[in-house]
This record gives sequence, structure tokens and C-alpha cells, in this order.
Amino acid sequence: MIGYIEKIKQISERLLKEGTVESVVGFRKGSMPMMNEPCIVKRPDKVEALVWDSNCGINLTNYLTNRKDKIAVIAKGCDSRNIVTHIIENKIKRDQLYIIGVPCKGMIDKRKVSGLAEGEITSVSEDGDAILVKGNGFEKTVRKSDILQDNCAICVHRNPVIYDELAGDLVEEQKDVNRYEDIEKIEAMAPAEKWAYFEELLSPCTRCYACRNACPLCYCPTCFVDESKPQWVGKSQNDMDIRTFHFLRAYHCAGRCTDCGACERACPQGINVRQFTKKLEKDCLELFGWEAGMTLDERPPLDTFKADDPEAFIK
Amino acid sequence: MKIVKINKKNWAEGLDSLAGSYSLSGPVKENGYHNFKKLNKGELPDFDFLNTKLSSKSFVFPQSEVMLEYSLDETADDHHIMKEVKKDYSKRAVVGMRPCDAKALMLVKMNFDTADYQDPYWLNAFNATTFVGLACDNPESTCFCTSAGCGPYHEDGLDVLLSDAGDHYIAKALTQKGEELLSAAKWQESADASVMDKKKAEAEAQIASTVKTDQLKKKATLDLHSASFWDDIAFACINCGTCTYACPTCWCFDIQDETKGNKGIRMKNWDTCMSPLFTLHTTGHNPRGDKTQRVRQRFMHKLKYFVDKYDKGIMCVGCGRCIRQCPVNIDIRSICDKMNRYEPAEQSE
Repeated sequence: MIGYIEKIKQISERLLKEGTVESVVGFRKGSMPMMNEPCIVKRPDKVEALVWDSNCGINLTNYLTNRKDKIAVIAKGCDSRNIVTHIIENKIKRDQLYIIGVPCKGMIDKRKVSGLAEGEITSVSEDGDAILVKGNGFEKTVRKSDILQDNCAICVHRNPVIYDELAGDLVEEQKDVNRYEDIEKIEAMAPAEKWAYFEELLSPCTRCYACRNACPLCYCPTCFVDESKPQWVGKSQNDMDIRTFHFLRAYHCAGRCTDCGACERACPQGINVRQFTKKLEKDCLELFGWEAGMTLDERPPLDTFKADDPEAFIK
Repeated sequence: MKIVKINKKNWAEGLDSLAGSYSLSGPVKENGYHNFKKLNKGELPDFDFLNTKLSSKSFVFPQSEVMLEYSLDETADDHHIMKEVKKDYSKRAVVGMRPCDAKALMLVKMNFDTADYQDPYWLNAFNATTFVGLACDNPESTCFCTSAGCGPYHEDGLDVLLSDAGDHYIAKALTQKGEELLSAAKWQESADASVMDKKKAEAEAQIASTVKTDQLKKKATLDLHSASFWDDIAFACINCGTCTYACPTCWCFDIQDETKGNKGIRMKNWDTCMSPLFTLHTTGHNPRGDKTQRVRQRFMHKLKYFVDKYDKGIMCVGCGRCIRQCPVNIDIRSICDKMNRYEPAEQSE
């Protein structure tokens, strides 16, 4: 992953010099281990600030919404699928974009790494699959595959599906992955058990909306929870209001979610919010054979109709 | 004020004595991190933490708090009359908050306890609580308290300061409330104050991160407001409420009425200046309609407006929570330094 950065800088510098694009959206180095900061570079002499490593889990498509400029973006497999969705949903035009594709072997889950040591993690460096984690009086090398974000561990579209140029060779896709093991467990629960499970899952939620705001799909000018004329959802820590937010947000993402994991990564409380969106992703795959963001040529299942729809009520 | 030694063997017993007259809360580990919880009988606070995920501000400023209640039943004599909700303000103690959280209470108090206005909800809870701090012997790399008017052994806002000395704690009473708590726990063995002073110096020396704030007051507000760096700082921001909710000094709230059937309540809920709704007018106009304006507001409030209004330093205690929890790594330390050294002629980076 680290090897891509020189190529990314070269491409970015060239695009900015040639005037192909006005800006490049990428990451710059963060101030903490396992954190990089999304940034925008507008001058060729500033591309040195760009970084690429296994800590670029935030989905950069989120920064493209409604932009009017010609813009380059660095896109992993999942980001590229969200770019496709953005283009289909008219949030950006294909000809405004220069997509620098990055074949991806997954992003590091900072919570899993933090769990390796009692104290603070002070540095994390990577060399291929070997991740060297250091803390106060602590040093350990772990395999990257053991500390991947959950969504990356089960990712089957690591290569960008749409790009103008690649920053590295395509990688082998993971096969024979059961993407829905966790969802199957929840599906097997009795209703009361499910209720208790979700209650427990959402109990730490403060409704900071980091999950929603990190999501490239959540671009509504006014989210339903922010509607005030009239107000639809209460603002307190009432559990019903918290549930309403999470359930409805998931439904709004049905057939659009690429399981990029930005929501879960962003959650300051570490809630597995993907459990909701994944259930709908699973349904879309099973009912409609649909995976979001794989092609520009087809409308997503919830905004189209087909005569062979599997649901009887709609025929 | 007295300083006592608490043998750890007597710790549980002392807390048990306290539980008779105080409702106790303390840090508890759940889902992989520590937060404050009410302690059940016999449950001990878990001190094996660097800092809690959320601060202890919710003891005096809960995320959601009912203030008033009313009836919409027009057959009742008192319908549509707001009535105070009866609350329990019996004695309680928070055991094991970091000194930065206590200092933050003192900053927030400037807002909720003024000559013109005293917020009864905040003050009643504050007055009912005894704050027992746990000094920080292992500060995090994101802790910059010593340059934010605070420190790992800072005493402001605390009633008792505890320091872990291996097989025992040293407890320093800082107020009358604190003395009462130590007496109620029957911790009386006298201790040597110099041990605490030594540990304090060691802990302060461990704080590796600092901010510069000396120029902030001298800067012209409008210069900082129109500085060229805000767009660059705000670019990554997703405008979630993480920083404001995690912050021990963020005090903004929103008042909401909720009704169910004929019954209604008026409550206050934490609000966040990162949300567009925070400033949305009923006309539809929004004076802080774009992201950069909102990000600028948060930092200008903490690092400039507050500094100018109160002359008590910055509205930040250097706990580092916003840095650690921000999903996109926006770091108040670099922003503070940018503001502190800003000269109007400076070009954007």
C-alpha cells in the first residue's frame, strides 16, 4: 500500500500542472498513529503532503458531493463504487472526475490495534503484511490480515471498478468469503432476542451523527432527523429516537451501500453500525442479485421496476 | 486541608462506608473503554484507564435533562402550566475523574453561574456532588493540559485529589466537602505531602505535547475570523458532533418540548455548533450555513471569544479527547498554534 504513494504524487502533480484538474482529494499525514486527514491539494508543489497507507479508511467520495470543479480523487475499491453511485445519483459528473484508482488490501482497524496493548499505542508502521505496533514499553509485530477493519476482511471488490489511471497493479480479489456470517446470526434470533441485541448495540450511541456524516450516501440537504418544520424525531437520548435514526438511515442506504466501513470507522463509541446496512445489502443481493456501485449502466433496485420482481406485492 | 494515606486494603471498605451517605459513580470499563457509571453496591471504580471516553460533565450537565412538565388536559385546572420536575439532589460523589475534567467544570461554571443568572439544574447538581479526582501519572501523547491552564495534578474544581502510590493512595482534601468525604470513609491515617509534590513534578514532566496561547488575546478578532487557513482546516471536517460531545468544556444546549398524549415535558439536550441546525433561523436563513463557518466558530469560541470575554485563558483544558475521537483527525493543537502565530499578511498553506 505504501508503495503507491510515489505514483499517486506523480499523477497528482502531472494533473495539476497540465491543468487536467483544479484539485486533488487525498489524505495527508495525521497527528496520531493510524490516523490520516482527508485533504485537498490545489498546487503541484503541494503534492508532497499526500500520503497513502493502511490508515486511509475514510471514504473520499464523501468529499466530492456537489462539487463543481474538475477534480481528481484517490479511490480504493469501495470508494470507486461510491463514485459510481454518486454519478448515477447526479452528485457529480463523470467528466468532472479524474479517478486515481488504488487497488487495496484493506485498512487497519485502529480499535483492534488499540486492544493489543494495555496503555497507549504510540506508533504503528507497516511493511507489507507486517505491522509493527509500539506502545509504552510494548512492541509487537502483527499480520495486517489479523487487524483489518471488519468490512475489509470480507471485501470482495478490492480493485477499483472505475478509474482513469491506476496507482499500482491490480490485486487478487478475495474468494469464498461469507460476507454475512454476522447477519445470519442476527437473522436466526427470536424477535425478543433481536430487540435486546439492538438495544445493547445502540446503548453507547450519543447521536453525534459521525456515522451519517462520514457516509458518502448521506448527502440529503436536510436529514430527516434534522427536519424542524415539522420535527420528525426527538432530540433526546430516548432509545426510540436513537433506534429510529439508525434504522431509517440504514433503509435510506438500501441498495446503495458498498460496505466501505466509513460509518463504523468514524463512530467514536465503536458501535458496529454496519450490522444494519449489511442486512439490507444482503437482501439486495439475494432478492435482486444487486451489488451497489458496480456499473454506471444500471439503476439501483430501489429506483427501478422490473416485471420479474421477486416480491408479489409490487407486481 | 488534610492529607491522608489510604491503604488499598481499606479502599473497598471506605467506599462501602461512603455508599451509606453518598450515591457513588466512577469509571467502569464497558465495550473496551472506560466511562462513568453509577456504581452498584460493592462495585469498585476501575482506575486502570488513561482517560474516560466521555468526560464527567454529564454529572452536572446530562446529555438530556427534563426541566419542566405540563399537562395538555384541558379539564385539569393546571393545564398548560409549566411545573418544575421534582429531582433528587441528595449527596453524590464522582470517584476517579481526571483533574482536566474538574478544571473544565470551573470553566463551564463561568457560563452557568453568573451574577445575572444562575442555572438551577447545573448548580443544584454541582452543589450536591463531591468531586474526587484521580491524578494522572501516565498522561497520553495527546494530553496538553499543562499549556492549557491545567495539569495532571491540577486541583481546581476538585474536592479531593487522589494519587496512586502503589499499595496506597494519597488523598488530599481541597475543600470542606472533600474533608467530609474523607471522614465519612474513615480514612484518617496521616500522609506525607511531599510524596505528592514529587509525583506531581514527575507527571508534569511527562506531558510532551503543548500549545502556544500567549498571542491569542492580542490578535484582532476580525483578522483571525478572516484568516486564510479556515478552509484548509475545515476541508476534512464531516460536521459530526463528536468533538463537542466529547469536550468537557462544550456547554451548548437546545431546549425541546416533547408530548405524549396529554402529557408534556420541556427538556434540554446537548447541542453542537457543528450542526447546521444549531443556527438555523425560522426564516430559513442560516448565518453559519457552510462548514467552514461552523468549524471556525468552534475554534474561535474556544480560543478567542472566550479568551477575550473572561480573560481566564482558553476554553480548553487539554484533555485531548477531540483529537483522539475526531473521525478525520482535526487537531486543536495545530489550529491553536496557527491562530496564535497568525499574521494577517500570511498566505494560505
